[in-house]
Amino acid sequence: MKFTKDHEWVEITGNEAFVGITAYAAEALGDVVFVEIPDVGKTLKKGDSFAVVESVKAASDVYAPVSGEVIEANTDLSGAPETINAVPEAGGWIAKIKLSDVSELDALMDRAAYEDYLSTL
Amino acid sequence: MSDSELLKNTPLYAQHTALGGQMVPFAGYNMPVKYDGVLAEHKWTRAEAGLFDVSHMGQARLHGEGATAVLEALTPGDFGTLAQGRQKYSLLLAEDGGILDDWMVSRPEAEGYFLVVNAACKDQDFDIIADFIANDEAGADVEFEVLTDRALLALQGPKAKDVMKDLCPAACEMYFMDCGTFQLLGEVAYISRSGYTGEDGFEISFPADRVGDLWAELLSNPIVKPIGLGARDSLRLEAGMPLYGHEMDAGYTLAEANLGFAMNKSRLTRGDIRGIDRLKAQLDGGLARVRVALRVLEGPPAREGAKILSADGAEIGVVTSGVPSPSLGYSIAMGFVPPSSSAVGTALKLETRGKSYAAEVVALPFVANGYHRKPKG
Repeated sequence: MKFTKDHEWVEITGNEAFVGITAYAAEALGDVVFVEIPDVGKTLKKGDSFAVVESVKAASDVYAPVSGEVIEANTDLSGAPETINAVPEAGGWIAKIKLSDVSELDALMDRAAYEDYLSTL
Repeated sequence: MSDSELLKNTPLYAQHTALGGQMVPFAGYNMPVKYDGVLAEHKWTRAEAGLFDVSHMGQARLHGEGATAVLEALTPGDFGTLAQGRQKYSLLLAEDGGILDDWMVSRPEAEGYFLVVNAACKDQDFDIIADFIANDEAGADVEFEVLTDRALLALQGPKAKDVMKDLCPAACEMYFMDCGTFQLLGEVAYISRSGYTGEDGFEISFPADRVGDLWAELLSNPIVKPIGLGARDSLRLEAGMPLYGHEMDAGYTLAEANLGFAMNKSRLTRGDIRGIDRLKAQLDGGLARVRVALRVLEGPPAREGAKILSADGAEIGVVTSGVPSPSLGYSIAMGFVPPSSSAVGTALKLETRGKSYAAEVVALPFVANGYHRKPKG
């Protein structure tokens, strides 16, 4: 699993990847009550806002950690947005993306580097 | 210098951080937005008793023979008919009838009023009152005192009375919107039976240098948990209560903001309310927009700034506050629309992130209140 400074995670299999928000982000947002998932087929550029996670207090954008096409979205989140808090780095995945540029992964942090980064916040 | 160094703290700053409060800037103060989490704090207040530090709000006393006349010159209320021991919601009006702030005015003494005003407006409000007293003959016998040495706590929830009955049993004799002066932990406390959540509860003005003791005493009861500004906002929204800067500001009159209950009919008859001509014209059918309550029927929560569209897609208004309601399980909002679209049951749409979603006008409050009202008869 790889991570961004905006607290998204990427779990890669070949040239496809599940993406979601990290446990740190889920904790900071508080109780998630609504998730706007992306449309399947949507083309994303790295850094695009592609989903929105809403708590009672606020709406927060989720940014694409990699470029590519949305090939699946986690529709379970519509009925159970709290999954993001319960298992943010597993069942709380938001979308599956077909990567258009696998080399973008090199710029992401591994878990040790992400944890070092968190300790600076 | 960072922004946080320019912010003021309430006398309970150390307590908030010790409790794990997430501090955010609000109206010039470092304030706790949440401790355990907004959802848990909201639900706790609806079921048990929540404790809020609202010491950032302005407190003042206005006393003397002319105090009633001063209040009536600045607000649309009839304070001559406000009985001693009662409290009233009121509005500070500009000369043109625009709303400069909303106030809670208590009358603990026959010729003495106690005011609680919004933190963001307090400097402005107190300048306006002081100027008026200095320059108007009604102010001749009036003393005005800003109470900078007092903190303010709100204890809210269906079990607030169970907590208060151990600490200050006399205060539990009050009904909704009563007020009085009480002895509490050996200090003089101004207490009212009211609040900003829709629940039964108390607001307690207490000496700032002893408020840490009162805070600790209240929290020593397991029924009581500290509640941050996040839940304060979702609770007041469910109760249908407006927030200054959102559902009202200098650009709105009380008719537009649907705050007619802050105006006494006697004042309309007397015709001495600031901005009376505009107000009368609006009340006679000349209203262009009015505050409504909205239930979001699908899609994401509607937040402040979301456009309100008619059923056929024309833009007709704007959302001023919105939240996914923790008590109801769906999203609620308040906003402004033309009167022709304001009837309960009117189908509307709300636009969020470029897409429109079904909504309808509903009655206020969203969640029934739990006030301890005086029995009728």
